[in-house]
Amino acid sequence: MTEMEIAKFFAGMFILIGAFLSLVTAFGLIRLPDVYTRNHAASKSATMGVMLLLLGTFLYFWLIEHHFNSRLLLGVAFIFLTSPVAGHLIARAAYNSGVKLSDRTVQDDLAEARKEMPAADQSK
Amino acid sequence: MAFQILLNFILAFVWMFLKTSYSPASFFVGYFFGLLIIYMFRRFFTSRFYLLRVVAVVNLIYIFTRELILSNIAVLKVILKPKLDIKPGIFAYPTELKQDWEITVLANLITLTPGTLVVDVSPDNKILYVHAMDIDDAADSIKGIRETFEKSIMEVSR
Repeated sequence: MTEMEIAKFFAGMFILIGAFLSLVTAFGLIRLPDVYTRNHAASKSATMGVMLLLLGTFLYFWLIEHHFNSRLLLGVAFIFLTSPVAGHLIARAAYNSGVKLSDRTVQDDLAEARKEMPAADQSK
Repeated sequence: MAFQILLNFILAFVWMFLKTSYSPASFFVGYFFGLLIIYMFRRFFTSRFYLLRVVAVVNLIYIFTRELILSNIAVLKVILKPKLDIKPGIFAYPTELKQDWEITVLANLITLTPGTLVVDVSPDNKILYVHAMDIDDAADSIKGIRETFEKSIMEVSR
């Protein structure tokens, strides 16, 4: 019986931490100043949050219901693969369509590089 | 590398046929002995012993998971701080990696660790432009990326 309790505890802990991370992501989306910093919150804390939620669900069904659901693991793997690409593309699209960085920004090496060779970003 | 793995599988099957037992257990025993044989003959292969590469991949996964958790906590602190005093910025990260897949893996790893996000890659694949959430010291983060991710990716592809 005690193994059940431990398994339940860990599954619950994973799910709670995942939910907490998702909540923090939502806060970050509202509080942070511009697209790029918001993208940080959306593309990563959310990834970790969803991954932990799926892992918690997987552990619950595996250890308590004795049902090995491989689709949950596949979900974790595919989120791992796709979410950085999505974050990268959103940031890139925002930069290329000229979204301003927030006033707090202290350094922008990319703008200098673009200034030096304007032909390069036309072709891309 | 693929050749060595294929050879190892063939050796495992040869072992199964020699023992005339076709259970998974005898497959693994054969795989283990095949591994020993490949290890003994490693200087006759053009590429290095493939288990070293497997170890490097496992090491990369470990480093990455550690960084993911640590920097998630860092971003958590930034977001939940009552006063928002971050200094975001884009810094140029000159990479030493050459092949396309290495740069792709590096960019994905940088993007997945909170606090840094790859915005663009220069046309000649030499410089990654990384947006950092809190750019206290760009030189510090460059050094961090170089020592953790880039080194272990090189270890895999060597």
